[in-house]
This record gives sequence, structure tokens and C-alpha cells, in this order.
Amino acid sequence: MKHEMEIDGVEVTFSEGETILEVAQRHQKEIPTLCYDARLEPFGGCRLCIVDLEGARTPVASCTTQATAGMVVKTATETIEAYRKTLLEMVVSENREVDVDALRGYAAGELANLRDRYAVHTPGITGETSGTIKADDNPFILRDYELCISCYRCVRVCAEQEGDHAITVMNRGFDTQITTEFDGLLKDSACTFCGQCIHTCPTGALADKKALRHAEDTTQPRVAAPLPDIEKTRTICPYCGVGCSVDMLTKAGQIVGIHPAMDGPANQGALCVKGQFAYDFVHHPDRLKTPLVRGDDGELCEATWDDALDRAAEGFRKAHATYGRHSIYGIASGRAPSEAAYLMQKFIRAGFGTNYIDNCSRA
Amino acid sequence: MSNPLIDMQKPDVIFCIGTNMTECHPVAATGLKKAVARGAKLIVADPRRIGLADMSHLYLPLRVGSDTALLLGMAHVIAREGLMDEAFIATRTVGFDDFFEHISEWTPEWAETITGVPAKDIETAAIWYGSADKGAIYYTLGITEHICGVENVQSLCNLALMTGNVGREGTGINPMRGQNNIQGAGDSGALPNNYPGFQAVTEPENQEKFAAAYGREIDMEKGITKVTALELCGAELHAMLIDGENTLLSDPHRVHCEHALRSLAHLVVIDIFLTETAQLADVVLPATAWGETDGVCTNTERRVQRLRAAVPPAGEAKPDWWIICQIAQRLGFKGFDFDSPKPIFNELCRLSPIYAGLDWERIEKGEYQWPVPHKAHPGTPRLHEEEFINGRGVFSNVHYRDPAETISAAFPVWLTTGRRLQSYHTRTQTGRAQGIDYLLSEESLEVNPADIEKWQLANGEWCKMSSARGSITIKVKATNRSPRGTVFASFSFGDVPVNLLTGSGYDPVTHTAELKVCPVRLEPL
Repeated sequence: MKHEMEIDGVEVTFSEGETILEVAQRHQKEIPTLCYDARLEPFGGCRLCIVDLEGARTPVASCTTQATAGMVVKTATETIEAYRKTLLEMVVSENREVDVDALRGYAAGELANLRDRYAVHTPGITGETSGTIKADDNPFILRDYELCISCYRCVRVCAEQEGDHAITVMNRGFDTQITTEFDGLLKDSACTFCGQCIHTCPTGALADKKALRHAEDTTQPRVAAPLPDIEKTRTICPYCGVGCSVDMLTKAGQIVGIHPAMDGPANQGALCVKGQFAYDFVHHPDRLKTPLVRGDDGELCEATWDDALDRAAEGFRKAHATYGRHSIYGIASGRAPSEAAYLMQKFIRAGFGTNYIDNCSRA
Repeated sequence: MSNPLIDMQKPDVIFCIGTNMTECHPVAATGLKKAVARGAKLIVADPRRIGLADMSHLYLPLRVGSDTALLLGMAHVIAREGLMDEAFIATRTVGFDDFFEHISEWTPEWAETITGVPAKDIETAAIWYGSADKGAIYYTLGITEHICGVENVQSLCNLALMTGNVGREGTGINPMRGQNNIQGAGDSGALPNNYPGFQAVTEPENQEKFAAAYGREIDMEKGITKVTALELCGAELHAMLIDGENTLLSDPHRVHCEHALRSLAHLVVIDIFLTETAQLADVVLPATAWGETDGVCTNTERRVQRLRAAVPPAGEAKPDWWIICQIAQRLGFKGFDFDSPKPIFNELCRLSPIYAGLDWERIEKGEYQWPVPHKAHPGTPRLHEEEFINGRGVFSNVHYRDPAETISAAFPVWLTTGRRLQSYHTRTQTGRAQGIDYLLSEESLEVNPADIEKWQLANGEWCKMSSARGSITIKVKATNRSPRGTVFASFSFGDVPVNLLTGSGYDPVTHTAELKVCPVRLEPL
């Protein structure tokens, strides 16, 4: 049988194992989701992705329903859209703080975006809210569970993507609370502070504490507009050799946070504690800001670039003249870009005609 | 790595040896965790009961420095049980008959006497790996930082060759590189034996090529390694240019290293901080950091990717390439009039066959894994698919050797060293990132609780640790991660300079230091 089905009146093909949601997304259908993260197993918890499936008694969750030949699916009938709006009203009613600072995390604006799309501005339903903030003195992950909508994305990303199983759920129903084993601190759990939970959270309940130091109004870190003055630059993590792609968030010449690059070829959105949080060495006051040369008193003192470079060159010239070209050695860095390593070897080879060059890989 | 990172999710049997991946390459480890969740079997060989060991199906707690013996024992069992891939051996390898005879001697019972791993576990590991449809090997410095690093790697190659676990999805021999651009530094020719792209300096045609490109004759003889260079400082070597390396803390035998650098008439260090090494320099030149520098890096799976600048330099800091060009120009060297990193990278691509199909524009999205021999080439995620670079895979008849130093009455404890999840290398960067201290604020020596009692130490108290080269004081931490008789510390903290103790020996071929083995003595303070 051919892998063909109909979505909103159009004949489309699918591959074995694809869900209705995946097929629809490939055809630019904007089906709303909250509990969905493309990297994780489908969960079917939020029910926002429901679609009308011909022959089915009730709407089906498109994220958990596999495409089969001959299916006839409508993604946005009036009834379906009305259901979605009602579902969103209920979610928003449980979570009064929908507008969160985008510095909270990669997906923190998802709920707010859906609220706007479905015009759920004044909650039609009022009632109790759920979840309580967990006091946790760790410097990286804010646990603001008042914003939690129990989509379980954090639980699942920690288990499925990171393999740490540090996040769990306690209680049931309306009292459901995301927490760690024995309801303790993250530090005392299996958490490795990779930050994946922050960046899958669709409401900012789990948030990047370190980035929030740069929020506009730190007394009210929840309320802010979505990052008008923050730029994103794609680069590669500066630590180990895995080469994870990251988006560096910058504001007024400062790095204010890191987002994992979900399409990073080496990491597909995964990061570790170093790549996620250890970026601010760049702005540390210890950074060398001017050249230094050793004075007659034996101390290193500040110098102009011209003087320092003259002095650097002079030392090599002297060694060359006195001891010959095999008296000079270069050690290139495994931390600097390839252009630096390439020029280091060229400096030695083109300059002195030797192979007296190495890098730091032997120790 | 012979195989791409994405392959880590695909093996049936995973053999990790000498790699603490969940701490040192955490994101790569997520691939293995997914494979295990899918049903793959995980074998972990490591002296310490590391995180990977806890999730393994078979843990082989070998004595530090005994890897070759373990791997010979495994090869013996694979041969004895007839688990070889005969077709692969016949068409893709040479030297198997000799190797078959060689390993007949090295039984798992013999390996047990060297490694301390029960013979039956060595047998199980060999049978699992040998029976796998897709068996993959992962290793890190626990294999290479030994005097027998070359033999260790050759032993792993032997296992992969005899079982045909090379050149296919989910297989391979996969070393995990430890620094963001350590692969790129080698690719770029910062090696005493190779021009860019691993072109041997001893080949006349390579010499001609670079003489033409650089406008001068270059020695046909290999240069000396950094290890040899440090030995010759003050004698034959008098000037040194170091770019971005804290040699003093990261290298073994710190006293020797410091003495070497102080013996130079002229030391120039380019770095982003005034590191312990920079403090010894005559001239310190401030470089732009990550986030401030445009450039290229190559990861452990040979993927060539762009680094992008997004913030202005700190103070007057300048990119490394600019600094090197300025020194070169002052010395009258030709070919250093660059005004941006792009033409530098493009020059590297023109001179390097493995990068020949690349240029600055083509690596924009990081899609290419080298070799990329020409512009129409899609890159090479998986090496050795059709044939090996040198034709056929060669079996190596390796022998086990003891470490350079073995435990004695004076130094009765094995010290092994490494990294931890929360700190990186000598903490020049992670030590200056806010919050990291909350997770890890000081170094401690991991000691088995029973040993703490036996050696009259106390958990949380300081002790004196000495080797043949020196002594340090370090806080004791009781943990079952350390087996009886073996202790562990990282080299990250400047106030606990573990590399004062290390430096017992070097691999004679690669000159890689035996940082993973150092007999020590522990005394209460």
C-alpha cells in the first residue's frame, strides 16, 4: 500500500513511522503544541495538537498517532480550534504569569505565543493555581514551579535526552509537582546542571538563573518583552572536542546567556554544564587587556602593542643570530582557532625553515 | 574518531576503555546512553568505578596501565572462540596469521594476573564484542597517556580488525578528543612531523610543495616534540613562542617544566589570562577570547565548524592570527600580510588535501567532515569504508609492558589523574565562570574508604602525597569510585598541582606523558 494520506484536502506522502504531527509539520501546518519537543518521544499530554481524523469518534492527538495510508485529516476545523482555545484557557488559568522574560530559556515564550495566537487574553476560567516555587540556592537553574503546567518536558528531556533521570514528579492530578528524588535540591540529585530542562520548558518555570541577571528589571524577572535588544550568534562551545553548536546571546557587548542549537550537527540541542553556563570567563576582570613586557626590574609591566611586538620579534631575531634557527620553538594551541595553529606552524616553517613546532596534545 | 558522533546511538555492543565520558565528553555520552536504553550492551574497562561503569552491563576494573594485557587476553578469546570476521580479515587486512600465533600465548588467565580482572569477565567481554553485528570502541586519554599508548591503540585496532568492526555504521575505533580545537591544531600542521593535512615532512614532494608555497627551504628532518623541546631549553633551545597553553600546570613534572621555561633567553606567551605559564614570559600578548574571535575549529568527529565573534575584545586584546602576523612581519617573513581569518583558512585549505574541498564559505553550516578532497565531495563522516588509507589494516603483535614506574615500598599506591565534569583543564576559564564554584570549589583525592582506614587518613582531612618527583598536600575524600590501592585527583586546581608528582615516563613514539600512572605515598598531615 502506498504511503499516502490527505491533510486539509491535499494528498501527501509520509514515511513509515511518521506521526500525523510530523507529516503536517513538513507541510507547513502550524499545529499548536505544548508538551511536544521534537527530540523526545511523543507524550500526548497537552492535547493541543488534536486533529480531526475521518472515522475516529473523537479528535486524536496528532503527536502520538502514526500516519497510516488513506487517513483523512483536518488540522484546523472550527471545532478543533475551539477545543484548543478552551484547553489553552484552562492552561493559562492555572498559570497567571504567561509573559516571561525570554532570557528564562529557549522555549520560555511558547505558552505566551499560543495565548496570543488564540487570543486568550482574559481567562474565561478562574480558579486555583498549582505548583509552588522550590527554594534552591544553586546558581544556574531557577525552579519557579508556579509557572509549571505539568507538560513533563523537563522530566522527559532529563531521562531521554540527557539520560540522567534527575527530574521526577510527585503527587497526582491538580497537585502534580515537578521535583527531584526525595524533593531535595538539584545539587543533591542526579542533576548534572546541563540546562536541558530550562531550554525545553514552554513556560519559563525552569529558568536560566544566570541569564536572568541581565533581565531588564531584576526585581520583577518574570515580566518583560521578548528580547528586543538581544542578539543571537551561532558558534561552537569552547570546551571539549565534541564541538556542540550554541547560540550566544549578547546584549550591549556582553554575553548574557547560551542557548543550545537544536539543529547543531554534533549535539542536536544537547549541552553540558560547561557549555551551558561557563561562558562568562570572557568578561572576567582578570582578562589580559594590554601587552606586558618584563622590565629591567624583572617585573612584567604594561606596554604598547608596538613596543611589545618589537620586543617579541627582537628576542627571536637575537636567538636566531646567536644560536641558529634550531634554537627557536613554537607551541600552538588546541584551544585557539585553526588560523592560529596554521600561522604558528607557518611562522616556524616559513620563518626559520625548521619543523620545531608542536601543539598541546601530548599532555 | 573513525565514525561520526551520531553513530554512538547505533552499536549493539559498546566497549569503552579509558574514557570517563559522562564527565569529560558529556554530550557524546548522551548518545551512548540512548544506545543502552535501546538495548545495546555496554562494556566498561577503567580502573575507577566511573559513571559509565555504573550504567554498564559488564565492568572490568583493570589495574592502571594494564590495558595492553586486557586487550591481548580479549584478542586471544576472540580467536579461540572463532569469532573473527574471516572475510574482512582476508580482504582488508594483512598479518593475521602471525598475529593469530602471537595471541595464542596470551590467555585470559594470564591477563588476569596482570590486570586483576577475572579471566571469565575478560572472556565475556571478548565474546560480546566479538559476536556483535556492530561493535564500537570508544577511548580517551586513559589509553594514550601511558608509556605504551601506541601499543594500547594498536591493541584496540587489532580487536576491530579481527572482528571487522570498522568502516560501518555503529562500529569503529573512536578516540574522543579533549579540546575544542585540538583536532584542528593537528590538521593545521602544528606538529613536528607533518605539514598541514598530515603530509609528512620527510616526503620530498611535500617539502617541495611547501618550499614553493612559503618561499624557502624547510628541513626534511622531523622536528622535535614539545617533550623533547622542554628537555633542551637553555641548552639548544633559547626562544619559544607559546600560544594559549598553560604548560606549567597541564604538563607533567612541573619542577622540570618550570626550570625549562626559566632557562629560555626569550619566552613569548599569547593568552587571554596571565596564566602560571605567562607569568614566566618576557613578553605577554593579550589574545581575544572565544566569543570575540572569528575562526574555524574541528571537532572530534573531524567536523569543520565556524567560530563567530559576537562581543568586542577585552581591552586591547587582538586575535592570535593578527599577533603572529605582526611578529612575523617584524622579522621580515613573507606571507603574513593577512587582514582577516578568512584568507588564512583558505590558504590552509589550498595546501591541505583533507581540506581541499573546503573554504570559508563552504563551512558556514558545519556540514563537512574531513577528508573533503575536492569541491564536489560530500565529506567523509565514516572513515575506512572501502579501504584503509594505507591499503590494508595491519595487525600489530604487541607485548605488554609495565608502566615506567611501578608501586614499591617507598611509593605503594597508584595515582591516576584526569578531569572532572565541572572544571576544565587548569580552570583558567571554568575557574572564572560564576557559579561553577558552587558545584566544585576545591580539589580532593578520591580514596577507597577501606584504604583511608588502612593508611590512617581521615575523610575530609588533608594528607601529604609524594612521588619520586615531589610532594603536595591534598584533601582526602572517601569514595568507592576508587578501588583499593588506587587514588585519583584532577589536575585542574592551581593550589593542588598534581603534575608536580607526575612525569614518570613517556611513550617512546608519540612522546605522550604517562599521566595516568604515578606511584605515590600517602601520609596523614
